[in-house]
Amino acid sequence: MNKSPLSRTVTVRNPEGLHARPADMLVRTANKFGSTIMIGKDNELVDCKSILSLLTLGATQGTKLTLTADGNDASDALDSIAALFEAGFDDNKQPKGIQPAVDS
Amino acid sequence: MKFADFITTKAIRAELKSHTKEDVIKELVQALLDAGEIDADQQEDIIASIMKREELGSTGIGRGVAVPHTKHPSVEKLVGTVGVSEEGVDFDSLDGERVQLFFLLISPPERPGDHLRALENISRQLRDETFCRFLKQSKTADDIHQLLEEADDNQFVSG
Repeated sequence: MNKSPLSRTVTVRNPEGLHARPADMLVRTANKFGSTIMIGKDNELVDCKSILSLLTLGATQGTKLTLTADGNDASDALDSIAALFEAGFDDNKQPKGIQPAVDS
Repeated sequence: MKFADFITTKAIRAELKSHTKEDVIKELVQALLDAGEIDADQQEDIIASIMKREELGSTGIGRGVAVPHTKHPSVEKLVGTVGVSEEGVDFDSLDGERVQLFFLLISPPERPGDHLRALENISRQLRDETFCRFLKQSKTADDIHQLLEEADDNQFVSG
């Protein structure tokens, strides 16, 4: 249905950057969609379904990346992937990020 | 970042003897210990923390490559080594393939950028089929060291 690729900008929020585990999460999520999904810095977009390609970005905290999706489910794909970036790939679920559960 | 910046030449291992994930990790950590890059009394803790990281998801990133790693407060700078297994090891890789090339990395907790740049370098070089094939065929640590040097000199990567 969508003829031209959709595009948006995402930011790496977690302090550790786009390391192996976030890259793995991105690939698993991207693979749920039929669309061609690309990500990268301005002139260097790589396949978001390849962990090796994602690691070549070396994207540290604060890096802005262009995300594009081309296909019938492009819009949903962008939403899902952008959500991972927004959540910082749940990197802070590690011990120091755990907050005591408070019922008030 | 170049291989020479984080790969300890003396710890490079061709023809790995290990046949399991845990043994490969132990063999490469031992190599770093023998090369004087880590403290003997930290060895067990480093192995345990690399194994713990593997439980979160295999670092077998496909194409017969794995990057087992951890952060560890006992190292002052990023240290790493390379191991090659001729027959390959079952590493629960993301693509299900056996792993022949191992890049083991230990980084100081407060330097996530260095770890990312090492991963960036490794993955960029490994995108080159020729480099990958030559590495897998390496029979000696010298062969591997030479290939890494050639890669550092941009002899494999065009762009």
